[in-house]
Amino acid sequence: MSIKLEEPLTKVAVQQSAPAGTLAPVEIVPSSKKKSGALSSPVFWLTCAPLIMVLGWALVPSLFSGLDPISGVPAEKFQAPGFAHWFGTDHLGRDVFARVVHGTSQTLLTAGLAVTIGLVAGTGLGLLAATAGRAADAVTMRLIDVLLAVPGFLVSLIIVTAFAPGPISLGIGVGIASIASFARVVRSEVLRVRSLDYVEAAFMNGGTYWSVVFKHILPNSCGPVLALLAVDLGVAILAISGLGFLGFGSPPPTPEWGLLISEGRQYLASAWWLTTLPGVVIVVVVILLAGLGRQLHKIFRF
Amino acid sequence: MSTIDSAPTLLDIRGLSIQYGTGDESVIAADHLDIALKTGEIVALVGESGSGKSTLAKAIIGLLPESAKVLGGTIDLAGDNLLNHSAKELEAIRGRRIGMVPQDPGASLDPVKTVGSQVSEVFRLHPQGRKRTKAELRREVLRLLELVGIDRPEQRLGQYPHELSGGLKQRVLIAIAFALEPELLIADEPTSALDVTVQQTVLEVFTKLARELGTAVIFVTHDLAVATDIADRIVVMQHGRIREDRPVREILHAPEDAYTQMLLTEATATGKGAQTTGPEGAIEMPAIEVRGLTKIYGNGKAERAAVDNVSFAVRPGTTFSLVGESGSGKSTTARMIMRLLEPSAGTVKIHGQDVTHVRGAGKRDLWRSLQLVYQNPDSALDPRYSVSRIISEPLENYKVGSRNERKIRVAELLDAVNLPSRMASLGAKELSGGQRQRVAIARALALGAKTLVLDEALSALDVLTQAQILALLEDLQVNQGLSYLFISHDLHVVERISHDVGVMRQGTLVEVGPASQVFGNPSSEYTKLLLDSNPGQLLREMANR
Amino acid sequence: MAAYIARRIGQALLVIWLAYTLVFLAVQLLPNDPVTIFLSADAAANPETIAAMKAQYGYDQPLLIQYFSQLAGLFRGDFGYSLASGQPVAERIGAVAGSTLVLASSAFVTAVVFAVLLVASATLARRTWLKRLIINLPPLFAAVPVFWLGLVLLQLLSIQLGVMSLFPDGSFASIAVPVLVLAVHVSAPIAQVLLKSVDNVYAQPFVDVLRAKGASPSWIFFRHTLKNAAAPAMTISGITVGTLLAGSVITETVFARSGLGQVVLQSVTAQDVALVQGLVLITATAFVVVNLVVDLLYPLLDPRILKSGTHGAPRALVA
Repeated sequence: MSIKLEEPLTKVAVQQSAPAGTLAPVEIVPSSKKKSGALSSPVFWLTCAPLIMVLGWALVPSLFSGLDPISGVPAEKFQAPGFAHWFGTDHLGRDVFARVVHGTSQTLLTAGLAVTIGLVAGTGLGLLAATAGRAADAVTMRLIDVLLAVPGFLVSLIIVTAFAPGPISLGIGVGIASIASFARVVRSEVLRVRSLDYVEAAFMNGGTYWSVVFKHILPNSCGPVLALLAVDLGVAILAISGLGFLGFGSPPPTPEWGLLISEGRQYLASAWWLTTLPGVVIVVVVILLAGLGRQLHKIFRF
Repeated sequence: MSTIDSAPTLLDIRGLSIQYGTGDESVIAADHLDIALKTGEIVALVGESGSGKSTLAKAIIGLLPESAKVLGGTIDLAGDNLLNHSAKELEAIRGRRIGMVPQDPGASLDPVKTVGSQVSEVFRLHPQGRKRTKAELRREVLRLLELVGIDRPEQRLGQYPHELSGGLKQRVLIAIAFALEPELLIADEPTSALDVTVQQTVLEVFTKLARELGTAVIFVTHDLAVATDIADRIVVMQHGRIREDRPVREILHAPEDAYTQMLLTEATATGKGAQTTGPEGAIEMPAIEVRGLTKIYGNGKAERAAVDNVSFAVRPGTTFSLVGESGSGKSTTARMIMRLLEPSAGTVKIHGQDVTHVRGAGKRDLWRSLQLVYQNPDSALDPRYSVSRIISEPLENYKVGSRNERKIRVAELLDAVNLPSRMASLGAKELSGGQRQRVAIARALALGAKTLVLDEALSALDVLTQAQILALLEDLQVNQGLSYLFISHDLHVVERISHDVGVMRQGTLVEVGPASQVFGNPSSEYTKLLLDSNPGQLLREMANR
Repeated sequence: MAAYIARRIGQALLVIWLAYTLVFLAVQLLPNDPVTIFLSADAAANPETIAAMKAQYGYDQPLLIQYFSQLAGLFRGDFGYSLASGQPVAERIGAVAGSTLVLASSAFVTAVVFAVLLVASATLARRTWLKRLIINLPPLFAAVPVFWLGLVLLQLLSIQLGVMSLFPDGSFASIAVPVLVLAVHVSAPIAQVLLKSVDNVYAQPFVDVLRAKGASPSWIFFRHTLKNAAAPAMTISGITVGTLLAGSVITETVFARSGLGQVVLQSVTAQDVALVQGLVLITATAFVVVNLVVDLLYPLLDPRILKSGTHGAPRALVA
């Protein structure tokens, strides 16, 4: 749609008296292009800063909320949000913000487990499909179809049913569900990069199979995978909180995000903040992760 | 032409300035342009990429992208400033009073609609007071398809674009553009994506219609030869400015502007084939020798020979060119010689050594002396790598020299391809197309390759950049005794660079011989057709004088 | 055409068979067989009861026999038996599936309509700020947990405003609100993919030719762009079958509706692996059938598919 605005490569001075057949000195094109502009853009850091804070909640929760998430002050139960309790208090007088902050590590660990499983297994499958020949590709693609056909939700349910409900079962279930998307992104990216001229040129310049894979193919195809990593972490958080809401995650009183909302449900009529505010945290975190994914996609697009 | 001289002015552009982007990143794409067009006049806008010729064309038809901003000026169509019209009013003008023939026929038709519906769409968009019945529409469409010389028009109505060849698609697009007999047509590089023989027939249809219907045409092209063939007047553009605006004859005989002169010199430069036949000594071992090279795709009924029994030899220190249209098998031949593709039959000898069946380490050895330069400079270099890393990669892979020695070698190579040494630290992304191609050549020479296969290596570059790289290649050939196998569809470039030429068609080599003979006195009918289709009749007449 | 259909049906059968095999293997990989797991919570269960129950449901047979007899059952529509109730899985699910099907299908239709409207208004919006606003809606929708949105709406509509009851009473609101909650969630990926694919279409030169013909933006969008951009959006719509199921279970729980959600929760609580296994197989079959239909619809959208034998648009997920 837009006109290709190439840099003026014909700055070969017109005044030059030399006949064009001879070699005119090459001009240096001032690099007018944005040089990895995204890394220095405020939007990127506005996306990252809150996410780093959430990571802080997970690592050192006590730094962000000095209140006890497990045992409350019964006299302070059902307090509406205010300066003393940003997110209010619950039926036992526990500070909801403290519970959200302390629940972060639980949610993030489970989501992290899920994403790790998806990334490792998905990358393996995708690489296999893209590099090991037609037969391997066909088999892997059908396998990916199967993974798509069995909803991740049900995979999680099988595992939760067979073992005890808990974060590990949840993480594995949600992780298996995300294998397919990683596998597909890795496969298509590797196929795209592999067909580029510079990869063939690398072989002709004496590169061996593995040196080309590691020096050229993987680094140039990592952008979309990194982007998916961020997006998928958000998706996993959503899935895990959903399953936690149904009661398949960590048992109470562990403050996990989905469970928090589920507990607040009983007091829907009297204390809106118990469900609403932890949910807002989930929404914000997932949106930021999706935004981070988009930024990463831009930064690592080659 | 005298009728045109007395014709009224149709289009009058004054002081038109257009800018892309805002702030630091903004670029002036059109800088106070003045240009006028009479009714029925054909004007060619000639320039290299980034000259602003497409911007100007798009501004006239009101299709500038959102990032573009008109800073000032007027575009009067028959005394009516188009820039003052609302979007809705412009929709009524486009297609009816101003038409467009696009650049890439392959992607310019909606792939999921039939040809018939896309032609009749113009009538449905501009009912012009009368609603046509289905039968009337059908008749109109058939008439148009016949007008542009499409065979079996009845059958084409229900076909989808992917069932048509590129030439046919462009004819359909021409039919669409002429459907309502607009006063003005914008043709933006309408034939640059077509093969030379197809280009000629499409151009003939196009100009004939324009002349018959008295349509004024703005013909945007990078190819001076095409421009001189069809236009009454040529406007040369560079960096968003008009360098020269004069009738074709005048500009050919007495170009006033220095830039125009350079373009003209390039367009009329003749080959070395006439001057020299290359180093003597036919007994010497050929740099490349292929015998009965064949590549067959598919099997059984679907069997198709992409390359069929091709034999030729590249004499050391000379340039052999393989010419042909798309699908002629020239690139497949090159890839088999590079051993990137298994030949179905035949032998390949490089510097006397039979490499037809080498694999693994044998290939690695082969690639030390034989290298490939790609067409597309954008994808030939790893975008994450710096220039020095790209050039030293083969040295590292073959463990040649110490770190320091490699650094020195990179500097030598940069010097050899006329790039300043300070470029070594730049990233591949920061280079222009021509610079990237130089880096690619430097990389190919890093291990001391004596023979290069250049697969359309100049096709993606602008005319003057092409000329520079051509000069570099000639330089390297003389200084280092390199042999080239040059693959190209561009007869003009081939004539300039080659000692010997092979003409390919549908997988077979129809003619081989010294360049002077192939171009001066072709023996095969196909070569004659190719040469006749080659645009630039006027230019050649001038050059021969 | 016939070859295309045959190949797609073959692939669908293959996927169902693979899914069945994988689920079967997964169940075998569990530390215990379904009966033992089911009875593990039951203190009164002694080895004899376990053995008797195993025999009753065929879990004492050799693995290969189990594999093939269950596979054969699949073709008869027999998805095994619930250990908790002894009912056939198909019957147990069939009894409640109607209500879930209504919820899921209305939500799906709403989601598709919503996604198309959203993309149309984003494309045709004249003001840049409005365009930006609309484009950012799908990522927002994708980030909102279904259960949370349901609870917030319940709290707002029934407790604050009193316009709907907390429990399903057959009123319009009690049907529309759950459908809406689920539709918002499902529309997000469809809208995102459609937006991206519409963008890709607008980048193609034929759109410029249409403008040059004098076509208006809405003419271009509705008569050309939408059809060109539909294939990837249809692919993602087919894939949302899984999301719909999970979303329905959660929505039903939030709004206290009866349906598949209850069965799912009960089977997990009772550790009824056989029932879950049956559920998975039924869902997988439904998924494959829906996606087969989508595949068979492609050639109607894009005539190039039959020629090349591949999708005009690759199956690509979001991101």
